[in-house]
Amino acid sequence: MAVSGLIFIGFLLIHMYGNLKVFAGHDAFNEYAHHLRTFGEPMLPYGGLLWIIRVTLIAALVAHVSSAVMLTIRAGKARTTKYAVKKNLASSLSSRTMRWGGLALFIFVIWHLIHFTIGKVNPTGGATNDPYQLVVDSFGLWWMVLIYLAALVAVGLHLHHGTWSAMQTLGLTGSPRARSRAKAAGLVIAVLIAGGFALVPLSVLFGIVA
Amino acid sequence: MTDSNYEFSADIEGHADSPAAFSDDAAGYYTLGEPLADTKAPNDLPISERWSTRKFEARLVNPANRRKLSIIVVGTGLAGASAAATLGEAGYVVKSFCYQDSPRRAHSIAAQGGINAAKNYKEDGDSVHRLFYDTVKGGDYRSRESNVYRLAEVSTNIIDQCVAQGVPFAREYGGLLDNRSFGGVQVSRTFYARGQTGQQLLIGAYQALERQVAAGTVTTYTRHEMLEVIVVDGKARGIIARDMVTGEIETHLADVVVLASGGYGNVFYLSTNAMGCNVTAAWRAHRKGAYMANPCYTQIHPTCIPVSGSHQSKLTLMSESLRNDGRIWVPKDKADCAKDPRDIPEEDRDYYLERIYPSFGNLVPRDIASRAAKYQCDDGRGVGPEVDGVRRGVYLDFADAIKRLGRDAVESKYGNLFDMYARITGEDPYEVPMRIYPAVHYVMGGLWVDYDLQSTIPGLFVTGEANFSDHGANRLGASALMQGLADGYFVLPHTIRDYLADGPFEPISEDHPAVVEAQQNVQDRINHFLTVDGTRSVDSYHRELGNIMWEYCGMERTETGLKKAIELIRTLKDDFYRNVKVLGTADSLNQSLEKAGRVADFFELGELMCIDALNRRESCGGHFRGESQTEDGEALRHDDQFAYVAAWEWGGEDGQPVLHKEDLTYTAIEMKQRSYK
Amino acid sequence: MSASTTEEAKTGMKLTLKIWRQPDATSSGKLHTYQLADVSPDMSFLEMLDVLNEELNAKGEDPVAFDSDCREGICGMCGLMINGEAHGPEVTTTCQLHMRSFSDGDVITIEPWRSDAFPVMKDLCVDRQAFDRIIQSGGYISVNTGSAPEAHSVQVPKDAADRAFDVATCIGCGACVAACPNGSASLFIGAKITHLGELPQGQAERDSRVVDMLGQHDAEGFGGCTNIGECAAACPKEIPLDVISQLNKDLRTAMLHGR
Ligand SMILES: Cc1cc2nc3c(=O)[nH]c(=O)nc-3n(C[C@H](O)[C@H](O)[C@H](O)COP(=O)(O)OP(=O)(O)OC[C@H]3O[C@@H](n4cnc5c(N)ncnc54)[C@H](O)[C@@H]3O)c2cc1C
Ligand code: HEM
Ligand code: HEM
Ligand code: SF4
Ligand code: F3S
Ligand code: FES
Repeated sequence: MAVSGLIFIGFLLIHMYGNLKVFAGHDAFNEYAHHLRTFGEPMLPYGGLLWIIRVTLIAALVAHVSSAVMLTIRAGKARTTKYAVKKNLASSLSSRTMRWGGLALFIFVIWHLIHFTIGKVNPTGGATNDPYQLVVDSFGLWWMVLIYLAALVAVGLHLHHGTWSAMQTLGLTGSPRARSRAKAAGLVIAVLIAGGFALVPLSVLFGIVA
Repeated sequence: MTDSNYEFSADIEGHADSPAAFSDDAAGYYTLGEPLADTKAPNDLPISERWSTRKFEARLVNPANRRKLSIIVVGTGLAGASAAATLGEAGYVVKSFCYQDSPRRAHSIAAQGGINAAKNYKEDGDSVHRLFYDTVKGGDYRSRESNVYRLAEVSTNIIDQCVAQGVPFAREYGGLLDNRSFGGVQVSRTFYARGQTGQQLLIGAYQALERQVAAGTVTTYTRHEMLEVIVVDGKARGIIARDMVTGEIETHLADVVVLASGGYGNVFYLSTNAMGCNVTAAWRAHRKGAYMANPCYTQIHPTCIPVSGSHQSKLTLMSESLRNDGRIWVPKDKADCAKDPRDIPEEDRDYYLERIYPSFGNLVPRDIASRAAKYQCDDGRGVGPEVDGVRRGVYLDFADAIKRLGRDAVESKYGNLFDMYARITGEDPYEVPMRIYPAVHYVMGGLWVDYDLQSTIPGLFVTGEANFSDHGANRLGASALMQGLADGYFVLPHTIRDYLADGPFEPISEDHPAVVEAQQNVQDRINHFLTVDGTRSVDSYHRELGNIMWEYCGMERTETGLKKAIELIRTLKDDFYRNVKVLGTADSLNQSLEKAGRVADFFELGELMCIDALNRRESCGGHFRGESQTEDGEALRHDDQFAYVAAWEWGGEDGQPVLHKEDLTYTAIEMKQRSYK
Repeated sequence: MSASTTEEAKTGMKLTLKIWRQPDATSSGKLHTYQLADVSPDMSFLEMLDVLNEELNAKGEDPVAFDSDCREGICGMCGLMINGEAHGPEVTTTCQLHMRSFSDGDVITIEPWRSDAFPVMKDLCVDRQAFDRIIQSGGYISVNTGSAPEAHSVQVPKDAADRAFDVATCIGCGACVAACPNGSASLFIGAKITHLGELPQGQAERDSRVVDMLGQHDAEGFGGCTNIGECAAACPKEIPLDVISQLNKDLRTAMLHGR
């Protein structure tokens, strides 16, 4: 679980970096998308790196989801009679929403893939084979931005707990200091990733990128 | 006449026979039986050779035969868990019982202060002999020297064993074990794990026990209460236990039975013992023929948190170490008792221990400190809330210590205890002086055992606080843990084999008349309690019995008081059997029913304690008879008349208890009257 | 030793208690409501229940079954879910919780630990033998009586000894399980793993200990830890979350060693 989670985090950091190329303009962004596919040629075939990433991500997703499902089932069986009153003392909103938040992310990713990768849906009816254009067109629509922002909130929450949790699971938090560092890292990663991704749709919406 | 020594007391028989020299307060309450002797200790050898000789002479059991021999151990405190684990390791088939939901919860877990051992790591002059000497003297020359010497001898092995098990004793910066001085002795021989030594030692023993469970040699029966011993042909062959969850009455048969069921301080209702501590296991054995020795020897601890109201269910001990820096006082003027202590000026305070005992001051032994507090309160100078019209508490003041050492130093030394005090009383001891009052803490009395720890019922062994063995009339701080583990790890496993060497014993069937009778007995008692359908709760009887015991058989005992107590107990007991109200059923978890059985046995024990106290017209250790004191009010021992163990035989339902005296003779130590002035 | 009741009456609180009543393991239970007057702030929580039980007994109603023994916060026998908090609102055990933490007119809901690995036996009493079985699976150092070397033959650095002690204070009460949204006993196991793992004596069995104890943990039906942290907040002995990190670390090492 921790390993797959960290893979996700790594992917998101790269992905975010790529997205931010939007600010460098149309060509730089498309160049990047292209570069992703030609990277390593001729050792790798066209799209090779991308496929390596994809396979890794899919494997991680399978591992991640299956362990999430198993943990959920075990937790359900571990307490079949619920408390009439139960207070939360130490848990955070993010730690309590891992399961629903994860599910929401899952649904989002499917939609996102249809949107940008598999389907290449351009809701404005514009060009679909120009990634830059696709992005700019999509985020010109307020409701599209809203969907993405909602997803990013989910990402932020999931990573806020997920990052700390992964470090704890890996046994890297053996002292109170290490523990607070890991919690801080959770916050930083969550804000960085959610915030970094949010820049693109917001900038498009407010016309900073056109 | 007080300074009688060994030569003098060697002549006891003569005295006992001549009524002129013998005050027989308990006449009419008991009958005198044959004298008793401990035949197992090789007392003719030099003291340091006795244990090794006995160990050598105790017969061995072939490892292959051990699998055929079964042992029941009742109790999983230090004494029981250590014994069960060790016997399991040796290869016997062991069954271990406790009334809690896990062996780890036995009352040993509550011990705070530490455990003594003659390691002499501090090079401060400690030795086996000094620990022996201190313990015999501390017990006011009412313990057996052979037993005490053995205890001191094996004490060092205990520390080795516990360290190897992972008990996290306190250590110095160099990584070596730390020691402190405890309970007024002059050497530092007490090993400790902060204020939770008992917990750490017990968890060590518990883990050793669970390891044997995993190895298949020990089976644990938790939430099982032993309610009867099975005696077949004069030998202990098993127990009847009630499964406290299903209510099932179970028969467990074995070749030998070990009782490690702890102390009976709860006869006083309020004590520092756990709620479930009881005498039932020991008392049932007593009724089947095991003698009860010195039941009146009770240790009262001076630094407990006072009673706050009628709801009180138990008392909490605070470590004695508080007396190292706190000063004890009461107002000189009764009119000041209700005042805020901070408003009472220095000259209106009576630091009575410092006044009466200038050389020991606040560090006088437990019994002296306890009695002194009682006198102040009886005199109307107690402090704290009025309970039944009397304020029972004295101040333990840290104001000076805080001034002298600074608040931080006091906090680092006593922080935990201060927090505990604040939590229980709602008062801040850094600001307001603490209030303390004595409370029943430990019983030195218990089932009589010989050097092999075998009771007067062959095949019934008794270890730990449940036996009377090693502490005489008073126990030194940090010695109960030592005794429990000594018995369980290092003594019993050796002595029990001598008995088991006669085995395997003839198997007995569950329909043997003795078994059936024991079962019936248990069943009848339960049925009785459930069908009385009276009006009063078990707890209310227990509380009343406790009041009687505390009042008349507590810190100070007198002839008239004890006689009155016996009458009161008898009347209350009658009423209990006719008027108790126990709801619920026998075949379910029924906590009132559990308590009813325990309280019923406390009645009988309480009466015997009073008779024993009545008989012992001397003051020794924890037993203080008002009639036997010096002009200054100090305890006065009578070695000429009472240098014996009083072992009581059950005299039957309507009969009188039978007193058997075991003379105490000392060859390695000279008897002295103690003085703390 | 009964208190002058006038003093108590002055400060007596009225409480509404909602208590889980369940006749035995196989029956179903539900919350019952009781009124209790004249509760002194100096009472412990369990003494308050004692008073309720006296009243119930007098009325001929079955008293409420709850566990306790030492009543001084060390045996780990007591443990109730009080208004949704394990051991109630203070960082201490149920027996050391005092009524001054509540106010007149409060409604207090009292439930047993809820964990399928700790089945309810009656009312508020649960069966925690699963913890014993976890210890059996490896929570010890294998040393037979009498085979121990001289205690000073092994030095233990003070830091290690102190840390071992800090986590060895676990009383096995089960509050961590009760509070954990996943019903996990990771804090309990982590405390034992850390205690023994800090000491030189505990090294030989370190790998097998963590693997076996976790295996038993899962077999008992406790949930998996997702690092939520409710356990440490409920723990009366303030066992820190570090121990779960240590548990994971030891597990990782054991796996690297091929266990
Ligand atoms: C608050 C406190 C602090 C103390 N501090 C110290 C200290 O610092 N140093 C020191 O040396 N001593 C101390 N003592 C004394 C010491 O703790 C005890 O004397 C000692 O632990 C007794 O151990 P034990 O094994 O004999 O009995 P216990 O630990 O009391 O165990 C009794 C066992 O018997 C079982 N049992 C009892 N009756 C039955 C029954 N009928 N059926 C089935 N099982 C039964 C119980 O379940 C339990 O497992 C302290 C005592 C108290 C109360
Ligand atoms: C189907 C979708 C998902 C579900 C159901 C899901 C669910 C969960 C659950 C239940 C946990 C366990 C909580 C924990 O261990 O602390 C978890 C952890 C984690 N998740 Fe997800 N998640 C999903 C997708 C994602 C995605 C897309 C990411 C990356 C953005 C991610 C990153 C993480 C991380 C880093 C952890 C911490 C791993 C650990 O604790 O060891 N998850 N997830
Ligand atoms: C504003 C935010 C986002 C933007 C603008 C964005 C944009 C894109 C674009 C343009 C692609 C297609 C890249 C290509 O095929 O060349 C893509 C692919 C992808 N995105 Fe995003 N994305 C965003 C947020 C996210 C988030 C939050 C996640 C995960 C939780 C995510 C997961 C993915 C995945 C898994 C792919 C597929 C990669 C592949 O082709 O293998 N994206 N994204
Ligand atoms: S870790 Fe804390 S909460 Fe859990 S059993 Fe131990 S003491 Fe209780
Ligand atoms: S609350 Fe539960 S999820 Fe883990 S950190 Fe504690 S065991
Ligand atoms: S009763 Fe022992 S910890 Fe509460």
